[in-house]
Amino acid sequence: MSVALGAAVSPGRPWLNRRRSFREASAPVAVALVLAAVANLVTGLAGLLGFYLAFVIFFAATSLVFGLRHDKVKAIDKFATAFVVVGFATAFIPWVSILVTLAQKGWPAIYGGYFTNDMSVTGADDDLGMGGLSHAIMGTFLILLVASVIAIPLGILTAAYITEIRGRLSGFVRVMVQSMSGVPSVVAGLFIYATVVSRYQFSGVAGALALAILMLPTIARTAEEVLKLVPEEIRSASYALGASQMATTFRIILPSARSGLITASMLGIARVAGETAPLLLTSFYSAIFSRKLTGEPLASLPMYVFQNFTVGTEHALTRAWGGAFVLLSLILSLFILARFVGGRTNK
Amino acid sequence: MAIAIDSGTASSIERRKISEKRSLGDRVFRRGVTAGALTSFVVMCFIAALLFFRGFEIFRAFGLDFVTTSTWDAADGTIENAKFGVAAMLVGSIVTAVIAMVVAFPFVVASALFLEFYASKKLKFILVSILDLMAAIPSIIYGLWGYLVLMPLAAGWAATINKYLGWIPIFGVEVENFDASPFVSGLVLALMILPIAMSVTREVYSRAPLDQIQAAYALGGSRWGAIRAVVLPFGRSGLVGGMLLGLGRALGETIAVLLTLNLVFEVKFQILASAGGSVASLIASRIGEATPLELKALMAAGLVLFVLTLLVNFGASSIVARAERRVQ
Amino acid sequence: METSQNKTSNPSLFTPGKMPAEMPIGTRSTSLDERMVNMSGLQTKGIHAWFGSHHVLEDISLDFPSNTVTGLIGPSGCGKSTFLRMLNRMHEFIPSASMAGEVFLDGEEIYAADVDVAAIRLQVGMVFQKPNPFPSMTIAENVLAGIKLANIKVKDKDSLLEECLTRAGLWKEVKDRLKLSGASLSGGQQQRLCIARALAVKPKVLLMDEPCSALDPGSTLKIEDTIHELSDTITVVIVTHNMQQAARVSDYCAFFLSDGHPGRIVEADRTDVVFTSPKDQRTADYVQGRFG
Ligand SMILES: Nc1ncnc2c1ncn2[C@@H]1O[C@H](COP(=O)(O)OP(=O)(O)OP(=O)(O)O)[C@@H](O)[C@H]1O
Ligand SMILES: [Mg+2]
Repeated sequence: MSVALGAAVSPGRPWLNRRRSFREASAPVAVALVLAAVANLVTGLAGLLGFYLAFVIFFAATSLVFGLRHDKVKAIDKFATAFVVVGFATAFIPWVSILVTLAQKGWPAIYGGYFTNDMSVTGADDDLGMGGLSHAIMGTFLILLVASVIAIPLGILTAAYITEIRGRLSGFVRVMVQSMSGVPSVVAGLFIYATVVSRYQFSGVAGALALAILMLPTIARTAEEVLKLVPEEIRSASYALGASQMATTFRIILPSARSGLITASMLGIARVAGETAPLLLTSFYSAIFSRKLTGEPLASLPMYVFQNFTVGTEHALTRAWGGAFVLLSLILSLFILARFVGGRTNK
Repeated sequence: MAIAIDSGTASSIERRKISEKRSLGDRVFRRGVTAGALTSFVVMCFIAALLFFRGFEIFRAFGLDFVTTSTWDAADGTIENAKFGVAAMLVGSIVTAVIAMVVAFPFVVASALFLEFYASKKLKFILVSILDLMAAIPSIIYGLWGYLVLMPLAAGWAATINKYLGWIPIFGVEVENFDASPFVSGLVLALMILPIAMSVTREVYSRAPLDQIQAAYALGGSRWGAIRAVVLPFGRSGLVGGMLLGLGRALGETIAVLLTLNLVFEVKFQILASAGGSVASLIASRIGEATPLELKALMAAGLVLFVLTLLVNFGASSIVARAERRVQ
Repeated sequence: METSQNKTSNPSLFTPGKMPAEMPIGTRSTSLDERMVNMSGLQTKGIHAWFGSHHVLEDISLDFPSNTVTGLIGPSGCGKSTFLRMLNRMHEFIPSASMAGEVFLDGEEIYAADVDVAAIRLQVGMVFQKPNPFPSMTIAENVLAGIKLANIKVKDKDSLLEECLTRAGLWKEVKDRLKLSGASLSGGQQQRLCIARALAVKPKVLLMDEPCSALDPGSTLKIEDTIHELSDTITVVIVTHNMQQAARVSDYCAFFLSDGHPGRIVEADRTDVVFTSPKDQRTADYVQGRFG
């Protein structure tokens, strides 16, 4: 395969000129940064955001000008690139801000006892070294548990109907799941309020029912995707052995898609774990640690945040941030865990 | 074996039906799964029916006035003296959602294009994973951040806009209070709908036909030229569908709006003023102290919201489905 | 112009049989000997191509004199498309791709560091195997798409439109429905629309990768007529699996073969020579349909 040339040829990529493209890309950025710094000092565009705004404006301008050194097409292309990159970067700023603020403002609320105390003897405005959110964690755990017990089997059954039974109603069921996923969370809460709460009491079970409504479509749709990935040969092989459809589904199909279904369930849980509006209408809030799912309001992390926010004093707000921090950590770990479990199956 | 196709005999042959006799266990199993699959249908029907029947008295008493007037007064709890109208809330919901769409739109396009056509494969993978996580941030956190971090800033921006563009009616204000305005709420909602709208749009953009993109390049086009000529026209319906899905989310959003918007029962289009409406937030804010009659009015409002979001979501998903089908 | 000396074991330099129409003198270059540099048209020198570590083309040196038609033939997978795409720098769209060697357009190295890729692609047009008009544009807009993309100022767009469609042999069929979508045409018409689109930016070279493989015999003949007419003013390089087509349309022919090795040129000569008295037995076998 070698060539009888004096010098061996080696593959190259003449179209990649890192240094040149770096120079071309950085020149407008550098000029815009300088101009923005000047504007930051002499005009009203003060502060970090003012600087960024000035930078964006100058960057668009410098991209255009630097492009015009070549021709109009290049100038427009450069301008478009600036728009796309800056647009994306700008969209990210608020999220960074959210995460940073959560960590910054939530951190002071967190101390050793934060996870073991409830708020039964501590007021929302009391010093930060007292009280905690053990009741909220327990409540969220119980509500999610009950909601999962209801929604996961139903979601998987829904998916199995579409992929295994393949009945006449498959299309209809899919449309229903789709529209159910668009139900506003407050409407789900209102529904449970009218059927359960108005007859009995605010309770954990009511909250779980509302969350189950919101969870079901996510699980059904993800599970359908997962079950579709089960190779058709596995089904045929099972039927060829004389297995019934029930045995095939429960013994062969669902187990072989197990980790995918776990991912689907975890995504469903993560999606509703932070829902506040439906819980405001169903399980409401209590400051006391409790494992009782019926007959009395039950605390939850989102409602803990909401409650402290409504109190609105300095310490209460810090507690709200602290609760938000714990809540988001919980949700993100669920997500990452779901990804991890799902990622392993794909291999 | 010679096959003589003779229409006379062919039509007289009767095809056998393959009998599908299943065991008892399987029949029970199929019934059970079907029943489970119909849960979503049953729940949807229940929700619609319940909201309708509970709100029926309100609809009968107020008729169209319920969606065209804006007074919300439970009075002494009797239907004769009470007045319920959600016009201001409905208009407010739509106004904030539209602000969110307008603000989010350029970022949706820019981000989708960036991820598909500008970022390297590795960077794209990382960023998409992060975006998936951002989509999971619960609305209470958006509300908290929107109220405590964004609102002070956004009120300042609003004041600036008002100063220079105040002569345009929608940017005018009666009182110089820019807190908790539809503008602020709209910004928060824009952020909230960004991930979903972006991922739908990106999905459709990623299916833009490569051969046409290459044709654009082969004609001496720049990257932007190829995007303009091929990707944007191709992805238009995907973009519309993604934005509509976002609209559905924005219309139904409760807590984030409740925390960042001052609910006022008056139809207003001054988006910078500290007064707005939202059907979803109305329900959440009133239900605690509602009289039995007001509760019925809230159920009626819930039905209005339910139908509205259902329509928007339905339109959105059929547009997205069609955009995705067209490719195959 | 006669065979240039080739230092490799592979006698692959193209042997053009007629003089190019003009020979500009004094074009800039340093790395090549004078005779090569002064030639107008397209030349490749020692081209190699890789996809990742997969070496798919080895030492391809060919000359495509101005205003000639060259056919590239060879079995599937021998690297014809890859080679063609290197001639207008479309190779680099594949992330794993790399290359070695040089390509000269009128004496200018198109892979040189300071070259504007878009300008190269404007001069070296391309027609793809599958017709790919822009479906969002009308027929007229499709033809003028390149003008718009490259922001070329044209005084009389209508006459350019008519000229390109006429040269592509499509004018009569579409002149009454220029406002219809480009996707509303038949496959053969779409392909001719793509040719018209490529012609509108006045390229010096037109690359065609199996332009007729998806078409019926009638459309194929029409496109071959088009190629004949184009060759008065444009250098055409066409990949084809159809030996009759290669014989009909091309002035020169290059036979590629990979055979488990990276693809290289077995024989390149005037078309009549390649088809009637090939020097290499494998060429004879291939053109007579005995393998490939
Ligand atoms: N995008 C790619 N990535 C990796 N390898 C590729 C790619 N494109 C082509 N190849 C490889 O390069 C070699 C040459 O491919 P090329 O498409 O140039 O062949 P060809 O002669 O045009 O074949 P055909 O006549 O079938 O069109 C083949 O072995 C092919 O597998
Ligand atoms: Mg090919």
